[in-house]
Amino acid sequence: MSLDIQIFLTDREGKRHELLAPTDMQMNLMEVCKAYELPVEGTCGGMALCASCQCYIESSHPLPERSEDEEAMLAEAFNVRDNSRLGCQIQMIPELNGLEITLAPEE
Amino acid sequence: MIKTDILIIGAGPTGLFAVFEAGLLKLKCHLIDSLPMPGGQCAEIYPKKPIYDIPSHPEIMAGELIKNLEQQIAPFQPSYTLGENAVSIEKTEDDQFIVTTDQGTQHQAPVVAIAGGLGTFEPRKPPLENLHKYENKGVNYIIKDPEYYRDKKVVIAGGGDSALDWTIFLENVASSVTLVHRRNEFRGALDSVDKVQELKNEGRINLITPAEVTALKGSDLLERITITQGGASNDVECDHFIPLFGLTPKLGPIANWGLEIEKNAIKVDNSLDYQTNIPGIYAIGDVNTYPGKLKLILCGFHEATLMCQSAFKRIYPEKRNVLKYTTVSGVSGFDGSQKQAAKSTIKSIE
Repeated sequence: MSLDIQIFLTDREGKRHELLAPTDMQMNLMEVCKAYELPVEGTCGGMALCASCQCYIESSHPLPERSEDEEAMLAEAFNVRDNSRLGCQIQMIPELNGLEITLAPEE
Repeated sequence: MIKTDILIIGAGPTGLFAVFEAGLLKLKCHLIDSLPMPGGQCAEIYPKKPIYDIPSHPEIMAGELIKNLEQQIAPFQPSYTLGENAVSIEKTEDDQFIVTTDQGTQHQAPVVAIAGGLGTFEPRKPPLENLHKYENKGVNYIIKDPEYYRDKKVVIAGGGDSALDWTIFLENVASSVTLVHRRNEFRGALDSVDKVQELKNEGRINLITPAEVTALKGSDLLERITITQGGASNDVECDHFIPLFGLTPKLGPIANWGLEIEKNAIKVDNSLDYQTNIPGIYAIGDVNTYPGKLKLILCGFHEATLMCQSAFKRIYPEKRNVLKYTTVSGVSGFDGSQKQAAKSTIKSIE
């Protein structure tokens, strides 16, 4: 059985990418984007302390609730929408197969 | 003109450790950093976060790591130019580099080591249409002289420590202080949150949450700002708008120094000494790139060590030198201090 899930990502130029993300490597969405060399900085390394991995969730997958840290960071990020999440806070789990996301504009 | 042996640009963990390795080779270091204190990202972004992959430290707070490094390098008396950005570099005829900061401070050294991490920390700017137009005409990102705000109407935006601290401080100086934040919760020291609550209760500041500054208005200078709260917008008179949304690193002027850049990082020769395409300029730590590069503090330490050995050969091409172990040779500080392993005790058994 494959442990990879598919993620559909639209970059800042509107180009769609299909990403294969392993679910057994403790990877989060920001790291998957970096692994594919997409323009996601991940400046703080995944501590929810910058918003360089902000993305909009376009599908209705069940996501874990925003933590207090993520809420606080999103309250100081720009271009935030109701469906904004920090990619670094979304772990790759089998339930997220087919997740659709769009990268938020760069600050 | 500040003169030194190795001019280090960036006072994060890699830059700081370079001072130690240089010191063992009797080379003096001076560090330039855009932040007002040493430590780089460890101090600015995550001082209270634990790091688990520093060899021999099962767990250490980033802030603690910096404190330890400062203690470790103290015998080698590093000097600093803090709160200034290195903007330009030129080479003299006698193979020296002159690095000048945005405030005009000049530094001279035969070797430059760029340990700039992800770059210079710059304020994060909210995406407001005419923000740029009012920069320094009412919009300020950094508070240099609080007196500048005396008897002015100030609006601060943000929800972290700097927004809270400056609200508390400027309340005594400005004619009015309004703090705007997108949520009711603040991420800051508990004392500061309590103090702001007290100032609000006493009617000494205006606290507007959850709300956002959505427009800037005025002619030449900023005169009013629009605050949007729950779908309703109000204009508020305002001499100064201070958005305090933290800092973000940008590679900045170093990108124009003629160095080979790849993916926002400086290409170096990792098979030898982490030298860039310009002989005498090295790049160590997160700022560099080479095949297999890993942005880890522990890799920065290694790179700093090799850079110093190469720098020594560059500065003293005729001098013979071998690697020495601190366990054997100890540490002789430039301050006259001497650390040395205790002599073995030898005692006979009769």
